[in-house]
Amino acid sequence: MPHMSDIQKVIEIEVLRYNPETDKAPSSQVFEVPFTDDMSVLQGVQYIKDYLDGSLSFRWSCRMAICGSCGMMINGVPHLSCETFLRDYYPARVRVEALNHFPIERDLVINMEGFINKLESIQPYIIPKEPRTLAQGEYLQTPEQLNLYEQFSSCINCMLCYAACPQFGLNPDFIGPAATALLHRYNVDSRDGGKEERMDLVRSEEGVFHCTAVGYCSEVCPKHVDPANAVNQNKTNAAVDYFLRFVSPKGGAK
Amino acid sequence: MKPTLKRSNAPIFWALFGAGGMLSALFGPMLVFITGLAIPLGLLLPADALSYPKMLAFTQNFIGKGFVFAVIALFLWHAAHRIFHSLHDIGIHAGTGAKLACYGSAMVGTVIAAYALLSIGF
Ligand code: SF4
Ligand code: FES
Repeated sequence: MPHMSDIQKVIEIEVLRYNPETDKAPSSQVFEVPFTDDMSVLQGVQYIKDYLDGSLSFRWSCRMAICGSCGMMINGVPHLSCETFLRDYYPARVRVEALNHFPIERDLVINMEGFINKLESIQPYIIPKEPRTLAQGEYLQTPEQLNLYEQFSSCINCMLCYAACPQFGLNPDFIGPAATALLHRYNVDSRDGGKEERMDLVRSEEGVFHCTAVGYCSEVCPKHVDPANAVNQNKTNAAVDYFLRFVSPKGGAK
Repeated sequence: MKPTLKRSNAPIFWALFGAGGMLSALFGPMLVFITGLAIPLGLLLPADALSYPKMLAFTQNFIGKGFVFAVIALFLWHAAHRIFHSLHDIGIHAGTGAKLACYGSAMVGTVIAAYALLSIGF
């Protein structure tokens, strides 16, 4: 019977390291990580932190593709590292970097402040059309009404779509895929009355027209949200409003 | 959130881009076939289908004029928008100059087409 060491596979993980306080520029460091077929890339970097270099920084929580905190560039593609497996890269080296297009806080940890501000700006909650008392009971929705927004409500705020979006890379002010998908999720909810306020953002210079219909955001989305669809539906909404606002002014146009 | 959001004027260019895209998808391949293959190689169509008198008559007709104008102008606006947004892919940082060059040429082309079509009369 072979020894454990004989069958132990070892993969090289190249990690982007950066400490803005001491480093002039990011650099990469290669670690040799023993792994088994059931190990994710996240477990690979956890191995590095536990056994090889405790200073390596990254975010994670759920390990089951639900919390959205473990997004990384893996061989140049935005992935959730907890659902991406080392075996799929072996025997080649796998390269792990912080998500593209975001400022790096440290190593694989990005600064998500800009995204959080965008999330707040879209008012991601139902704004009731009119005050409603408890006595009036719950809102009822038909399956069709649910269908309109359900897909867009699956977003876990992992920001992979932002790392995939070349237009966000060019201009970080662009409201971007996930925030637009969530904005749309509330706008098309039959219980919501906040559409007009949110549309000001859609139509603005930070709004949907930055998008050049690349579609990579929807490709990398681990939750099949299809943010590109939300962005492009809202280009039409914004364009219709742009030309028709003179015919039926609703106010709010600046 | 920024206190005041400025409404984007992009819908104008986006609408022209969209209209041009639709038109070029519908008519582009056919026009390439007629003007680039069928007539020069004498396939399918009568040899004089694009002759000067025929084309003159076509563009003097109200509908023909409109068609030629729409095809030229909207194709140009479509191309301008597409090229402008592809510039950074070939390493050109697209600023105001690039914007003027792209949309400016579409504008110039549109004006020339309108002028030429009007000057041959009805
Ligand atoms: S839309 Fe998809 S890729 Fe973008 S943040 Fe939400 S879950 Fe992640
Ligand atoms: S650790 Fe939660 S999504 Fe990967």
